[in-house]
Amino acid sequence: MSKNLRTTNNKFIDQTSRISFKFDGNTLYGFKGDTLASALLANNIHLVGRSFKYHRPRGIMACGSEEPNAIVQVGNDPSMTEPNTRATEIELYEGLEASSQNCWPSVNFDVGAVNNFFSPLIPAAFYYKTFMWPANFWKLYEYFIRKSAGLGKSPTEPDKDIYDHRYLHCDVLIVGGGISGIIAAKTAAKNNLNTVLIDDKNILGGTTLFQENECFKINNSYSNKWLKNEIESLKSLKNLTIKTRTSLAAYHSYNYLLARENLNEHLDINEKRDKIRQRLWKIRAKKVIISTGAMERPLIFNNNDRPGIMLSSSIKKYIDYYGVKCGQKISLFTNNDTAYETAISLNNSGVTVNSVIDIRDKTNSLIVNQAEELGIKVHWKSSVVNTNGYKKIKSIEVMKLSDDGTAVVGKKIKEECDCLGISGGWTPRVHLFTQSGGKLKFRNEDNVFIPDQSDLDQISIGSCNGDFELDEVIKNSVNLTNKFLKVNNNDYENLEIISSKEIDKKNIWLLPSDKPLRKTKQFLDFQNDSTANDVKLALREGFKSIEHVKRYTTTGMATDQGKLSNMHALGIIAETAGVKMGELGTTTFRPPYTPLTFGAIVGRNVGEFFDITRKTPMHDWHVENKAEFENVGQWKRAWYYPVNNENMYEAVQRESKAARDSAGILDASTLGKIDIQGTDASEFLNRVYTNAWSKLEIGKCRYGLMLNEDGMVYDDGVTTRLSENHYLMTTTTGGAANVLSKLEDYLQTEWPELDVYLTSVTDHYGTISICGPNSKKILSKVIPDLDLSDKEFPHMSFKNALIDNIKCRVMRISFTGEHSYEINIQSSYAKSAWEKCFEAGKEFNITPYGTETMHLLRAEKGFIIAGQDTDGTMTPIDLQMDWIISKKKYDFIGKRSLYRSDTIRDDRKQLVGLLTDDPKEILEEGAQIVAETNKHPIEMLGHVTSSYFSPNLNKSIALAVVKNGKKLKGQKLYVPMKNKTINVTITETVFLDKENKRLNA
Amino acid sequence: MFLINCPYCGERDQSEFSAGGEAHIVRPKQPTELSDNQWAEFLFMRKNIKGVQFERWNHAHGCRKWFNMARDTSNDKIHAVYKMGEKPPIK
Ligand SMILES: [Zn+2]
Repeated sequence: MSKNLRTTNNKFIDQTSRISFKFDGNTLYGFKGDTLASALLANNIHLVGRSFKYHRPRGIMACGSEEPNAIVQVGNDPSMTEPNTRATEIELYEGLEASSQNCWPSVNFDVGAVNNFFSPLIPAAFYYKTFMWPANFWKLYEYFIRKSAGLGKSPTEPDKDIYDHRYLHCDVLIVGGGISGIIAAKTAAKNNLNTVLIDDKNILGGTTLFQENECFKINNSYSNKWLKNEIESLKSLKNLTIKTRTSLAAYHSYNYLLARENLNEHLDINEKRDKIRQRLWKIRAKKVIISTGAMERPLIFNNNDRPGIMLSSSIKKYIDYYGVKCGQKISLFTNNDTAYETAISLNNSGVTVNSVIDIRDKTNSLIVNQAEELGIKVHWKSSVVNTNGYKKIKSIEVMKLSDDGTAVVGKKIKEECDCLGISGGWTPRVHLFTQSGGKLKFRNEDNVFIPDQSDLDQISIGSCNGDFELDEVIKNSVNLTNKFLKVNNNDYENLEIISSKEIDKKNIWLLPSDKPLRKTKQFLDFQNDSTANDVKLALREGFKSIEHVKRYTTTGMATDQGKLSNMHALGIIAETAGVKMGELGTTTFRPPYTPLTFGAIVGRNVGEFFDITRKTPMHDWHVENKAEFENVGQWKRAWYYPVNNENMYEAVQRESKAARDSAGILDASTLGKIDIQGTDASEFLNRVYTNAWSKLEIGKCRYGLMLNEDGMVYDDGVTTRLSENHYLMTTTTGGAANVLSKLEDYLQTEWPELDVYLTSVTDHYGTISICGPNSKKILSKVIPDLDLSDKEFPHMSFKNALIDNIKCRVMRISFTGEHSYEINIQSSYAKSAWEKCFEAGKEFNITPYGTETMHLLRAEKGFIIAGQDTDGTMTPIDLQMDWIISKKKYDFIGKRSLYRSDTIRDDRKQLVGLLTDDPKEILEEGAQIVAETNKHPIEMLGHVTSSYFSPNLNKSIALAVVKNGKKLKGQKLYVPMKNKTINVTITETVFLDKENKRLNA
Repeated sequence: MFLINCPYCGERDQSEFSAGGEAHIVRPKQPTELSDNQWAEFLFMRKNIKGVQFERWNHAHGCRKWFNMARDTSNDKIHAVYKMGEKPPIK
C-alpha cells in the first residue's frame, strides 16, 4: 500500500483537494476528479469482488460502463443504499462508503470459492439442471445461492432522495461528447439548429482528450490540444445545450429517447441533501446523431480473469487521465495496434513495460515502430496461455502460435508482472442504434458489427460507426454530419492530420492453449462467470440459436448485458458451428443501456402522487363519522361505519337492519353519470340498451342493461328522461369511464348520423340516497314543497326540486328494494344537503351505511352487481333477466350474439340463489360448487359470487353461477371447503319481498 | 413511443392515445339476418399482418376523437392518419 502509484499528472485530477472515502470499512484517500475505481487502483486495490458462480477473485477491468467486475454496494443507510453500481462510474466524493458485493463473509476470505475447486461439476446451466429438482427444495437452494452469490442488498426503507422528470425537444440530439460528437455539435449549432449534446462523463472529450502522442496530430498539434480548443469554441454557441453526467438509457421509435442526468451524486455527502438526485429527460429529437464510441474487447485465454488483468485502453486512461499506475511491471497482450499506445504512455510515465505479446506477425505501423524505438520488447506471433496468482496476477506464460493460429508451439516463457493489459480489438457501441430498431451489418476485415439500415432520422458517426483511426474519424464525421443535417460546414476542410494506420489485422476468438479446453478457464462473461467451454457444451447439447445459447449459459445476461462478452460468444459459436458471423446475427440489446434506478423511473410519482385519489363531496363527513374506506377504482368509498368497536360484520348487520327497519343514508356520488342530449337521444338508448326506450315518458326512470357486441353483460344502471331530448344515464362506479368511451366509439364510428352529445357529469353532482320505510318522511322534512304521494311521485320517476334555493334532481329509485330517493345536487352543495338529510332523519334513527351494506341489501333482493355476479361471460339470459330483452327492437348492441350456437346452450352457467342447510353457515365468495363429493376428478359446476348473512331474514344467503342452474331449483349441491363440506340448496335469486311491497311502503 | 398526428389536434405523444384495433370493419346494418358464421366473421376475425395495417385510434387524452391510421407493423412507421368515414389515402 505504501507504493506511490500516482504520477504528477494534474490535468484532470485536482491533487490539491484530497477526498476521504471508505471501502470495505477501510478509510482511504483519493482526489477530486477520481472515480471510485481510479482511487482504489491508486491505493493498489485491484480485488473488488468475487465472481458470481465460482467465486473467483475479480478485479477492476475497465474504466466505464462496460465494467463487469467492479460492481459495488454504495452506502449503508437502509433507505439509500444502492447495489450493483459500477466503481468505474462513481465519481469520488467526500464521505463515500462502498463495499464489495459478491462475497461472503469478505472479499479476501470467501466461502463460495470452494465452487472454484468443484468447477468441473458446475457446467453450463448447472443451476437449471440441479436446482430444478426436487422443486420443493428450491427454498433451501435459493437461500444458499443468494447468500453466497450475493446479488447486493436492496434498501429496506423508502428512498429519501428526490427524483425528477422533464421533457426536452430539440432539432438535433448528439449522444456522446467525444471528438466526433463535438464536431457534430459544433456543425449543428453553428447552422442555427437547436442542438443538445449529452455525455455520461463529467467532462467532454472522450478518449482523444488524453491522447498526447507524436503519432496522432492535427494541424501540427497533439490531438488532445486540438480537441481542447474545439471544446472551448463550443462555449460561444447559443443554440447548443451541453449536458454532462447524462447517460442515454433508451432509444425508442420516433426519436423518443430517455436520458438520466446525475445531479447530486458527485457532491460531498453533506452537500447532497435536499437536492434532486437524478433527473430523467424524456427527449423528442427531430434528428439524432449517435457518437457513443467503441469499447475494447478482452482476449479469451486460460485464467484471463485474475485481478490485475485489465483492458489495455483502460490502463492508458488510468495513467494518462487519472495519473494512476495500474502496476509497476506491466505486460500487454494484444491482437491490434492500440496496446502500443498504452505501452508508450506507460513508458513515458516511468512504468516498466515488460513486453507486448502480439498474436500478429511483425508489423510496421507508425505506433509500433515508435514503441520499438523506445526499446519496448515485443513477442510477435505469440499468445498468453496461462496466468498465475490468486488474488492478484503474478506472472504470465507465453508460447509461440503455430502458423495457422490453431495451436501453440515451442517453449513456454514465464514473465513476472503485476498487471496485464489485454486488447482484443474494438467493438462499436451500436447498442442505442439497435435499440432504436436499426439493423446491423458485419464487416469481415476487422470482425465488427456496424450500423446499416434504420427507419429513423438518425446517423452514427465516429468509432460507433466503425471508424477507428483519427483521420477517418474526423473526415467521415464531418462529411456524414454535413450530409445528414443538409448543411455545409467547412471549418474542418483543410485539416492536416497525422494518424498511425493499422496495417495488419488478425483475430482469434478463442486463443489456443497447451491444455485441453475442458481443463482451462477462459472467461467470456466475467460477471456471470460463463466460459468458452460452457458455450461449446451448449452447442454440443444441441443449442443452435444465439438467443438460446445465451439463455442456457447465461452469457451476456448479467447487469452489464454482456457488453464485453457478446462478440466472443458469437465468434465462438460461429466458428464451432461453421457459419459466418454475419449470418448468425446478434442478440438483442434492450434498454436501459446501463441500469436505471427505480427512483429515476418513477420520478415524482410516489406516495400520494402515485395515483389519483377521488373523493366524494361528502368525504370529510365520512371521515368525521369514523367510516372505514374501500378503494373502488380511484374512488375512496365509505365501506362501513363502525360504532363502539364493532368489527365489519357487526357494523354491516346493524346498518342493514336499520335501513330496512327505519332509514338508511348512502353516499352514491361515485356512480358514473353521463348527460345525454340530442334529437336522437332516445334512438341512441334503444341501440345501446337491451330494453326499449322510445316510450319512456318525460320524468320517468328506467333500469337498463348494456351488453358487449358478444352478448355478454357489460354494465347496468338507471337512466332518467329529463326532457324530450335530454337523459341522465348512470353507470357502475368502476365502469363509468369505459362506458363513456364505448358510447363515444359507437357514436363517432358506427352511427355518426345520430344527433347525440355525451358529457361526463360524474363529478358535477353529489348523490344522496335515502332508503327505508321512513325515507318519505325524512325527504318531506328536507323538501317540504315536494308532493311525495305515490300518485304524484311514483316509484321510477323524477322531480326537479329546491333545497334552500339550490336546484336538485330527486329520483325515486331503489337499489335496496326499499322505498327510497336519490338526490342529485351540485357537488359544492352536496355535503350540506347530506348533513341536512341526516339531521332530518335523526328522529328516525337514520343510519349511514357503506358499500358493504349496500351489497348485502341488494343481494337480499337478488339484484346483480356487474363485475361481481358477472364476469364477462354472462348473458342476460344466464342471469335469468330475460325480461329485460326487448323482443320488438330490431337491433341493439349484442342482440345477434344472444342466439349464437354457444349462447343458446342450456347448460351454460346461470345465476341462481343458494341457501345453506345450516342457516348460520356463511359461504365464501369464490367457493366452488359440486354435485358429488366422492368422485375424482370432481366436476366444478360453478362458484359462489355473492354471500352474506342477512339480518333481515336471519339466515345466510348467497348468489352463485351454476351450470344449468335454472333447471336445478331445489337441487341439493355441495360446497367443499378445506375442512368441511357445506350442503346447499339452489333457490330463486330473490330472497326478500318477492312481491316488491316494500317499494311503496 | 410514436408521435401521432391527430387529424384534429396535430402531433402528440402516443401516451395521449389508445389503440382500437383493426379499422374499416363496418358493423352490419342487419345483424339479425346473418348466419352464425357471418356474424362471427364480423365479431371475432381480425387480421394480424406484417406490413401496412389499417387501425383505429382514439385521442383519448385529447380531443377524444376516433380516427384511422395506416401503420407498418414491421417498423411502426405511420404512413397516414385520416378521419373516420374517409377512405384510406394509400393502399
Ligand atoms: Zn386530437
